[in-house]
Amino acid sequence: MVNMNNKRKIKNDVILAVIVIAIAATGLLLLNVFKTEGAFAVVKLDGKETERYPLSVNTEVVIETENDGKNTLVIEDGKAFIKDATCPDKICEGHSKISFKGETIVCLPHKVVIEIVADDSDKELDVVV
Amino acid sequence: MRKKTRKVALLGVLTSVALVLSYLEVMLPPISTAVPGIKMGLPNIIIIFVLYKFGLKEAVTVSLIRVFIVALIFGGNIMTLAYSVAGAVLSLALMTLFKKINLFSIVGVSIIGGISHNLGQILVAIFLFDTIQIGYYMIVLSITGTIAGVVIGIISSILVKKLEKLV
Repeated sequence: MVNMNNKRKIKNDVILAVIVIAIAATGLLLLNVFKTEGAFAVVKLDGKETERYPLSVNTEVVIETENDGKNTLVIEDGKAFIKDATCPDKICEGHSKISFKGETIVCLPHKVVIEIVADDSDKELDVVV
Repeated sequence: MRKKTRKVALLGVLTSVALVLSYLEVMLPPISTAVPGIKMGLPNIIIIFVLYKFGLKEAVTVSLIRVFIVALIFGGNIMTLAYSVAGAVLSLALMTLFKKINLFSIVGVSIIGGISHNLGQILVAIFLFDTIQIGYYMIVLSITGTIAGVVIGIISSILVKKLEKLV
């Protein structure tokens, strides 16, 4: 236990806030510098890839999820977004359109992740033991 | 005996206030649609208050009762409950630790609480979705969590001071 007066503690509070924000800002900056256009929208159900769609082709697909859930994925002008979802919170519907590598739209209730990848080479192989 | 009754009643009232704050937070429009999960964390005002005025045991009780009742009222499923519990438990654990270390004031402890609440939920998300990409959210959430933590911390410290004689 360190014994400190209030002034010192408040100073520490400020240092903590500044350090956290500085680290996060640097991280965001790096992510933005290295952000590249993606080529495919990968659909993952419960962590496993089920489909991938090229961003260059306009599409509209209904993703069937567990518990009779439905998420409508739309690819338009090289950007992917969820047009419609049957989940209660609708957070994925409100998500902005994604097109950069690594960007994701997550629908927590349906365990659906839409993820943008750069090319076909990083296709995940299902592990068969 | 009377003292114990008073304490139980007080904690009950505080739990209700935390629930009202949770409700208020659900009613408010989302701060950002691009990054889900950005929240003020209003109920944390009560949790921090209980942590400082009563102790860890009481704070855990109020926090978990709140999480379960919120899940019941707002129709959460097991999944959303898992996120809430992970966030609540991790933030309480780290806030208690940093309160003990005594390096920060309530505001600093509240910042730790805000960030770790997000961290707990992100960890569950990474575990469930098996995609590290969600970790990117964490960067944004650390910034908003810090800001929210400062505001919540200031409110909590005022409460702890003003309600000195309550407990």
